[in-house]
Amino acid sequence: MALQDQDRVFTNLYGFHDFRLAGARARGDWDGTKALIERGRDTIIQQIKDSGLRGRGGAGFSAGLKWSFMPKKPDGRPHYLVVNADEGEPGTCKDRDIMRHDPHKLVEGCLVASYAIGANTCYIYVRGEFAREAENLQVAIDEAYEAGLIGRNACGSGFDFDLYLHRGAGAYICGEETALIESLEGKKGQPRLKPPFPAGAGLYGCPTTVNNVETIAVAPTILRRGSAWFAGIGRPNNTGTKVFCISGHVNKPCNVEDAMGTPLKELIERHAGGVRGGWDNLLAVIPGGSSVPLVPRSICDELLMDFDSCRAAKSGLGTAAVIVMDKSTDIVKAIARLSKFYMHESCGQCTPCREGTGWMWRVMERMVRGDAEPREIDMLLEVSYQVDGHTICALGDAAAWPIQGLIRHFRPELERRIAERHGQRQAAE
Amino acid sequence: MSATFELTPENLEAAKKIIAKYPPGRQASAVMPILAIAQRQNDNWLPQAAIEYVAKLLGMAAIRVHEVASFYTMYNLKPAGRTQVQVCTTTPCWLRGSNEVLHACEKALGIKCGEVTKDGAFGLSEVECLGACVNAPMMQIGDDYYEDLDPAGATRIIETLKAGGKPKTGTQIDRRTSEPIGGPTTLTTLSFGKGS
Repeated sequence: MALQDQDRVFTNLYGFHDFRLAGARARGDWDGTKALIERGRDTIIQQIKDSGLRGRGGAGFSAGLKWSFMPKKPDGRPHYLVVNADEGEPGTCKDRDIMRHDPHKLVEGCLVASYAIGANTCYIYVRGEFAREAENLQVAIDEAYEAGLIGRNACGSGFDFDLYLHRGAGAYICGEETALIESLEGKKGQPRLKPPFPAGAGLYGCPTTVNNVETIAVAPTILRRGSAWFAGIGRPNNTGTKVFCISGHVNKPCNVEDAMGTPLKELIERHAGGVRGGWDNLLAVIPGGSSVPLVPRSICDELLMDFDSCRAAKSGLGTAAVIVMDKSTDIVKAIARLSKFYMHESCGQCTPCREGTGWMWRVMERMVRGDAEPREIDMLLEVSYQVDGHTICALGDAAAWPIQGLIRHFRPELERRIAERHGQRQAAE
Repeated sequence: MSATFELTPENLEAAKKIIAKYPPGRQASAVMPILAIAQRQNDNWLPQAAIEYVAKLLGMAAIRVHEVASFYTMYNLKPAGRTQVQVCTTTPCWLRGSNEVLHACEKALGIKCGEVTKDGAFGLSEVECLGACVNAPMMQIGDDYYEDLDPAGATRIIETLKAGGKPKTGTQIDRRTSEPIGGPTTLTTLSFGKGS
């Protein structure tokens, strides 16, 4: 059964209603927050675990489990919650809507999550370009302070909580949690080696949890409505609702909140007005943001949009950013443009990524024109495997996977272009 | 080239408020927002004097501040136009015609991508994903996003700005934000009480 409106978390996703405190309260935010906190740290973490909530930033790690990694007994170091609002994965624009239209869900989530991990301070790291989104979020933070919902004795719970907005300045890599921490400390955003993990030594060397905006913003609703409610939506191990971003060659591109596990075809046809020119005009879909491999039409017919189903299709749910490409698409160019993106965004720290992303882009540009030898397809694939898994963070993997997906599913198209170009050259000679 | 730089009293006050967000001794955390203030004050670019000023203000080595200023794309180390027109051309925008939008901007401004107009008023650049993909193609000008563009719409926006006007921000077509064109398929059965 399709997800009903009363089971949607982000009831002001489109900003048709007031984003401010009065509007948020009317939609049920900040209702009995004190009682949520009074359940205690262990209960909150257990309830988030029981809900099956998996991180909405792309990796899909259990949120409750992540929270449970924070030290239980204080050792004198403060704990921090850092919210990753550095949304920049091509195709993804969901956190933007949460911040500009439903910011109180995020602010309330910051309070309960911080309480659960023993953090009295939380920073929300918002990508620099989101100036207007940051303005709305700051309004919500100021309102929450003013109303005593955060600050000293937040919501009358006896818990002191400070929440600060921090703005980035344009670097995709800062979406990686340890790069984000470096950036927040005032440095270049270059990822750290793990271990130590942030729960042991994160911001300023203190225990830190980094979570995506959507993950934090759904937490209060889960606690209010119960783990069983959230776990009852979607499929086992892939529970709850999810904001999907449907872009590219659809008739009505949009963001929409639907159940995890919704069939891709249903998502596109019900909410996004269908593929331009009809479903049969579909060439391929990138189901989870630019970092995951594309899937061709044949897989799209049956694909369910959740973590495990996308993984089984050798792709990933990622951020649930569905990039649709119809048959008019130059698929090689589409992926080559992503290769350029990763070259631009590589932080330069690890050699395989710094050198590999540039090399792969240059070869991809030749592949677009067919200006290559047939054996270079396998060479490109081989180099992509030398980047994939050999860097400190996952940007190297993210640069490699789109190319691997292209070769897996569209090798004949690459070969056709090379043959065509060879034919042209011979004719010219 | 500005040989000297200091924040205006108002901006210095704002900088101090930012520094107070971070624990004592961790004032380096304020480097990014303060560089942004400095850039805004200095016609949208950061001369070396501004970098040295911020370093002194935060007790950091100038090279550390320079590393930050050169790492992040939003800082301009040379004049980039008082108003920057930044067209997203990453795949989701490219699929919906961002190349044509970029060309329209070049034509309307009379400069090539990567250049600044002679009077220093406008700079034009191609940027990576700005995170508004369901409203593609789009561009950012100053703090505002202009979405659901076509070449004619982009031209109109630039002409309006050149004439000193204020074009409508956000989507340029008949929709409100990120809902499907023609009206949402969800959130249609809810009603909220007073205040919403």
